[in-house]
Amino acid sequence: MKLMNRRRRFLRNALTAAGAGVLAGCDRLSQTDWAPRVLESAEHLTHAVQRVVAPPSAMAREFGEADISPVFRPNGSTNPQTREYRALAADDFRGYALRVGGLVARPLSLSLERLRALPSRTQITRHDCVEGWSVIGKWTGVQLSRVLDLAKPAQRARYVVFRCFDVMDDGHPYYESIGMDDARHPQTLLAYGLNDKPLPTPNGAPLRLRVERQLGYKQAKYLSAIEVVDSLAGIGDGNGGYWEDQGYEWYAGI
Amino acid sequence: MASIPQDAVPPQQGLRPPPRAVARVIYRHKLPVRIMHWINAICLLVLLGSGLQIFNAHPALYWGQQSTFDRPWLAMGARRGADGKLTGVTSVGSHVFRTTGVFGVSSMEGRPTVRGFPAWMTIPGPQWLSMGRRWHFFFAWIFVINGICFAAYALVGPHFRRDLAPTKADWRGIGRSIVDHALLRHPKGEAAARYNVLQKLTYLIVIFGFGPLIVLMGLAMSPRMDSVLGWLVDLVGGRQSARSIHFLLAWGFVAFFLIHIFEAVVSGFGNELRSIVTGRFAIDDTERAHETDE
Repeated sequence: MKLMNRRRRFLRNALTAAGAGVLAGCDRLSQTDWAPRVLESAEHLTHAVQRVVAPPSAMAREFGEADISPVFRPNGSTNPQTREYRALAADDFRGYALRVGGLVARPLSLSLERLRALPSRTQITRHDCVEGWSVIGKWTGVQLSRVLDLAKPAQRARYVVFRCFDVMDDGHPYYESIGMDDARHPQTLLAYGLNDKPLPTPNGAPLRLRVERQLGYKQAKYLSAIEVVDSLAGIGDGNGGYWEDQGYEWYAGI
Repeated sequence: MASIPQDAVPPQQGLRPPPRAVARVIYRHKLPVRIMHWINAICLLVLLGSGLQIFNAHPALYWGQQSTFDRPWLAMGARRGADGKLTGVTSVGSHVFRTTGVFGVSSMEGRPTVRGFPAWMTIPGPQWLSMGRRWHFFFAWIFVINGICFAAYALVGPHFRRDLAPTKADWRGIGRSIVDHALLRHPKGEAAARYNVLQKLTYLIVIFGFGPLIVLMGLAMSPRMDSVLGWLVDLVGGRQSARSIHFLLAWGFVAFFLIHIFEAVVSGFGNELRSIVTGRFAIDDTERAHETDE
């Protein structure tokens, strides 16, 4: 019996030590330069496989009116305080214009009036935050592909970068980027309406991105400009977005 | 995961004598099974730790397509009392439990910190969602590839048919096997060389049930995959249901692990551990009753 107890104690200690060793090891590896890079290789595999299994043309699920969440929970910035934004908001965004530039044949400056005059799309979709929660909302806006068609991107264009009015706690402005396939997806909108009302301030007034089939942090709010580029290097820290620069995946399909 | 010995092999020289009176040592687990077993063990540990890290980013679970923030079925949080002290609170349905120290509030570098699961259970330890996701998705791929390799190995080769599929005799003996397990009696002699029927069924449920299901429930949370897996998401009741099932299955794996280790201990841990490391398993052929000599 004594032997059994000693053995059990040894076993328990050994298992605890092994488990704690792995956890401590993971913590230490997370702090190195190389281990996170190895772990990041999974992102490319995930993106490549998901592109095959769920092709670029596949549509995000659309819901019915009854499914709309009572409150569309905002996250991140909810009320930008930059002078430029506050001045525009004070005037109900009458002076607002979305700048479209970069590798385009025709740079544009689109007022809200102009954007609303373009053919619109309305979709009720689920918004999935990287934290794990989901809400459902009804978006109205213009398909990004229509705006791109007006601006005529160059052949070598690979990404669309979204510049935002909100500045994060660390002093860096929010920005995001998506690839051309997502930019051309029929459900990718520059949305100016939520649940049949003008986009509320916490949700990104006056204009935000909806790129369904990716997580919440890709849905850039408070858009000031969009820029067509062939490389993400030199923008922010070069990872394609504010949260990407903090270590989150550029491809946020999972 | 064993393969049935073809031939008994004599104990190797220099091998530590097995813990009991032993007639022979057999080659129980083939090399591919041993390798895949340990890859899987590491994957499950990292996936659990990093999964709890991801859970901690929003330590609440819901049922349905969306989050009903005022009505989670499981939530971990904190309350600050009048004295400024934090109390960890876990709610399951309408039941509320004080879980200070473990869930809701636990110690981080000596200070009470608001977090779902404690730092000693998460990868990484501190709150770090992006790094938790990196670990989780990298090891998810290894888990999936390893699982596919195992399924191919077991189904193409004889492992499934010979070792894992219950025989008619197994089904007939299921009642006795339940009693044996309850009394912690373990087979000796030739019977110890095979998996018993409850063991077979457990492995089959975990490998071919829990395994694919937890991966599918993970994929059902992917907004990209939902463009083609909508039917699956609806089948389980929605994305938040999938997240709940993914979480529960993870604890199903933990329960399996605890039982697995318990059974290994009561049937001779040194011998069992050696068999899944080196493949060699000692069989007690002596015709005796079931009492152990420990």
